[in-house]
Amino acid sequence: MSAIGLIWANLQRRKIRTYLTVFSLLVAFLLFTVLRTVAVWFEQGIGDTGGADRLVVTAKYSIIESLPISQRAEILAVDGVEAITHMTWFGGNYQDPRNFFPKYPVEPLGYFEMFPEYIIDPDQLNAFANTRTGAVAPAGMLEQYGWQVGDKIPIEADIYPMSDGSRLWEFDLVGSYTTEAEGGPPPVFLFHYDFFDEARQFGQGSVGWWTVRIGDPERAPEISSTIDTLFENSLNPVKSATEDEFGRQFAAQIGDIGLITTGILSAVFFTILLLTANTMSQALRERIPELAVLKTVGFSNLKVAMIVLGESVLLCALGGFLGIALAVLAAPGINQAMASTGLGLFIIRWEVPAIAAGLAVLLGVAVGTSPAWSANRLSIADALRRS
Amino acid sequence: MAIVDLKDVHKSFTKGRERVEVLLGIDLAIDEGDFLALMGPSGSGKTTLLNIVGGIDSASQGDVTVAEANLNRMSGRDLARWRSSTIGFVFQFYNLLPVLNARRNVELPLLLTKLSGKQRRRNADTALEIVGLSDRAKHKPGELSGGQQQRVAIARAIVADPPILVCDEPTGDLDRETAEEILDLLGILNRDHGKTIIMVTHDPKAADHARRTLHLDKGQLVTEVAA
Repeated sequence: MSAIGLIWANLQRRKIRTYLTVFSLLVAFLLFTVLRTVAVWFEQGIGDTGGADRLVVTAKYSIIESLPISQRAEILAVDGVEAITHMTWFGGNYQDPRNFFPKYPVEPLGYFEMFPEYIIDPDQLNAFANTRTGAVAPAGMLEQYGWQVGDKIPIEADIYPMSDGSRLWEFDLVGSYTTEAEGGPPPVFLFHYDFFDEARQFGQGSVGWWTVRIGDPERAPEISSTIDTLFENSLNPVKSATEDEFGRQFAAQIGDIGLITTGILSAVFFTILLLTANTMSQALRERIPELAVLKTVGFSNLKVAMIVLGESVLLCALGGFLGIALAVLAAPGINQAMASTGLGLFIIRWEVPAIAAGLAVLLGVAVGTSPAWSANRLSIADALRRS
Repeated sequence: MAIVDLKDVHKSFTKGRERVEVLLGIDLAIDEGDFLALMGPSGSGKTTLLNIVGGIDSASQGDVTVAEANLNRMSGRDLARWRSSTIGFVFQFYNLLPVLNARRNVELPLLLTKLSGKQRRRNADTALEIVGLSDRAKHKPGELSGGQQQRVAIARAIVADPPILVCDEPTGDLDRETAEEILDLLGILNRDHGKTIIMVTHDPKAADHARRTLHLDKGQLVTEVAA
């Protein structure tokens, strides 16, 4: 038996109490790891766009306002701009509103040229470009819905009815695309803009937003400013930002997630602090004669205090470790659940578990300091008299 | 040669506004290898005197020399180290750690030594063998009778081979038959292993096992009876 063995044995004195405390710590640290990951995710922009050389140009006042396709030539003429393409939010449902995934009408060739990280078979890309009702989807989406190339995919429109008033759009699935990035491409269903623009009931000649490739990422602020200035006094003023910045701005519209999660976690940890401190104080009170015996047989005041503090740290570290481990184990499941949202991957960055582990030790020290101090000051004769 | 030498030892403490004198000028010498019984009514200061000799309480006044160490001059840390090598304690209610089995309870004082884990276990087993409880090494205190628990406590007291055992009512919680067994064991430790034993007791039959008996009343030694 070692000192650690003694500490471990003491924790097992009242197993139910220890298990419940560890469980509450587990839940707290699971919450911490998940919520901090979400907060970091929002603070850094949703998902890893990977496009330092791409700008997103949206309507200045609201992302849901459309932009005239005539802006294309003017943006393309800006010094430093190398390529441009566009996307539009189509909305719509496949079979059931719960089958949510974004659907964009795009320029087939322009889109895949703009986003080289998305890999598509050249023959399928040609088929997409040459089939006006053609559509492509991520390979994972084909698997998820049991689609095969050649299938007709019906989408019921909620924003854009067809010119004949019908809400049912039918697309011919001509291919699929993938990416080498972890988790695959965002689940976006792409179809031909020309068909969409021709067949929709209203809004012809407009697009949702522009994506622009620039030659020098370091000139992004300057080029953004030039594009914004270009349309400043027009009917359709725009706002440009790099893809990463656009992600951050989009996330910020949801709210200050960092502040919200910090608020929740502060409440959780304050409660846990009180709960665990109460457990440790109770454990100390029950064992005063035993601590006196340790001192009697030769353990110094400091050693006894360290044993008490060690129990507290071990308890919190155990709960913390289990909570962090559970969060890491749950990450693939969370990713799967989020796959259809298009918000990106739930990736736990190493610094979140590291901070959680540090917090667990700190919590153990905070909770154990007072009982350890009491143990340190315990008078042997008084304590033995109490027994 | 006196292994315990107390000179004019006083002990007092404050209870509220009242100052309580517990020991009033105790002079006591205990020879090495002695088996001393301390008797007296409740509140006479027996346990306080025992605690002072064992280094777990301090005298308010006077000199306390035990095993050639002047306890008045030692820091708390030095006293702890000194206790671990010099004194073995046996209490009325055994004071075993309920979460540890008998072997680990006995091993406890050895955690402070530089012995290896294997050597500590071997020493603990030897101590358990001396008290006749080898077959109960893996039992926790809750699985042992009162007499067996007190034997484990005695094994814990002797495992570091201290020269002095201080026993506070070691048979106070036991029936007569078991008490006799424990007293016999203490007698063996005194006679065969050379331990100096100082035992507080209310029981005259327990005191009969000692070589001499001292009576304490109102903080003073009143009579001495040799066996």
